[in-house]
Amino acid sequence: MRKVSLVAMVACGSAWLCTVSGQEGPGLGVPATAEQVAGWDVSIGPDGAGLPPGSGTAAAGKTVYEAKCVACHGVDGAGRPNDQLVGGQGTLRDAAPIRTIGSYWPYATTLFDYMRRAMPYVTPHSLTADETYALTAYLLALNGVIEQSTVLNATTLPQVVMPNRGNFDSAYREPRRR
Amino acid sequence: MRKNVGLDSLERVAGNGLLHRRLFLRQGAALLGAAGATVLTARSAQAAPPDLPAWMQAPGAPMSGYGNRATYESGVQRLVNAQPGTTGSGGSRTPIESLEGIITPSSLHFERHHSGVPDIDPDQHQVLLHGLVERPLLFSMNALARYPLVSRIQFLECSGNSGGNNGAEPPQQTAGGIHGLVSCSDWTGVPLAILLEEAGVKPEGKWLLAEGADAAGMSRSVPMAKAMDDAVLALYQNGERLRPEQGYPVRLFLPGYEGNMNVKWLRRIKVTAEPTMTKDETSKYSDLQPNGRALLFTFPMDVKSVITSPSGMQKMQGPGLYQISGIAWSGFGRIRRVEVSADGGKSWGPAALDGPVLPKALVRFRMPWRWDGSPSVLQSRAIDEAGNVQPARTALLTERGTQFRYHYHAIQSWGVAAAGEVSNVYA
Repeated sequence: MRKVSLVAMVACGSAWLCTVSGQEGPGLGVPATAEQVAGWDVSIGPDGAGLPPGSGTAAAGKTVYEAKCVACHGVDGAGRPNDQLVGGQGTLRDAAPIRTIGSYWPYATTLFDYMRRAMPYVTPHSLTADETYALTAYLLALNGVIEQSTVLNATTLPQVVMPNRGNFDSAYREPRRR
Repeated sequence: MRKNVGLDSLERVAGNGLLHRRLFLRQGAALLGAAGATVLTARSAQAAPPDLPAWMQAPGAPMSGYGNRATYESGVQRLVNAQPGTTGSGGSRTPIESLEGIITPSSLHFERHHSGVPDIDPDQHQVLLHGLVERPLLFSMNALARYPLVSRIQFLECSGNSGGNNGAEPPQQTAGGIHGLVSCSDWTGVPLAILLEEAGVKPEGKWLLAEGADAAGMSRSVPMAKAMDDAVLALYQNGERLRPEQGYPVRLFLPGYEGNMNVKWLRRIKVTAEPTMTKDETSKYSDLQPNGRALLFTFPMDVKSVITSPSGMQKMQGPGLYQISGIAWSGFGRIRRVEVSADGGKSWGPAALDGPVLPKALVRFRMPWRWDGSPSVLQSRAIDEAGNVQPARTALLTERGTQFRYHYHAIQSWGVAAAGEVSNVYA
């Protein structure tokens, strides 16, 4: 299907060797303190490392959602004017599949990571950790992924298995080194 | 020496009037002089000699500190399409049908933003490099500018480009409206490998997370092999500092990889053992297949071409000699060959490629065509140095279904009606 040029691979190999071992920079990077790194590092991977203290439930999330999210994502995550967040399970083989958190997203941690950095659209970085956990719980409960009563926190969130998790494959292959 | 010959005896290379690419090279001046009047954007000359035009009767405008294009060209604009309820989320497309050569003017480079264009003070902006490294480091913009720089002419394409063509009906838009999420610039920046080496990547560091300083904190995971190969932190675009909408003061540039990964307004690089699985690389830029399974990390942009003249929504100006012109590119390296058909793919002839043909860059192709005024279907097909061949639309949809959103790269067909209207057709 997609072929990789042998010429390009050889060139990549030599460029790797020559940049990594050969080219020297002026060494102007300033050591970052642990405090600085902790302040900047907001990303959360599937293992949940870095999730902050705090917790939330679907009931608390519903209150936050209706105050800060419903205008763009509709009542109960039904969508419009922006992304539909709920439903669509069983549609991924259809001609018009509906990709939502419940039908498509492979990792629950992504919800926390994304909402904390980018939502609400007009006031990003305004949600507290508790609000973010609560919203995550609300959206997962609406999609039937967790129970209404489930408390999400740094321990329980990475344990949530998304329904479509097993239907993703990586197309990326490591290049062979010379 | 080649004798001047009439149009009828010119060497035909494929059906329905496609002529040898040598035509414009060897006889270009004379024939183009005659054919030039048929160029689609030609204007009629109102002030013919001996009238003296106004601009010859008084001195012109003064010098200026920063130039602008001719006011008469102000109609050449990006096509802006914002998401509902926002002004800064969405995209704008390059009007490729109005451009020539391979360099996209910075002002017309396509845009794709997830929460608008931030106004970043470069003196307050730093890039943090941390994670699985020996030494977490902060780089100021002044520091980055002192590192060894490399310049390369390379394309950038949003993987959602051309996606409208997998709909049931062909969208009736311009070439830019359909395929304008691709641009090509001279990018200058610091090889990321140098910075990673300075920080000291630990052996388990196989990926990195790149994060922007926009209000969406746009973030994507990048394989370490790509970061060490040809990735740069770009500071300059077409010779000047990046435009704000292209990531000022610094963006990640990953030659040949889908546009979304080339994180603008770069603020943080975290070396990780595994992909972070961000919203954009899981819920958005993944490829749902007909069997319901989805592919993550389809990074390189496939081999592709499109004829930009004549193209959708344009109108031919009567039978005669035209130059077919278009762009081709591949995320896998150089374009080796572009073929053009004027009979809906029944026969193909090789187009001329304007040099230099650079890896992971746009290349301009040209082909002389004598249109006899009959309904015709124009197509172009690119082949790259890895041997990838741009597929027909039916072949692509057979392989990938109709529900995918990204990496559509099938052959574009332009229908030319007898009256001269050019439209998007599925052929």
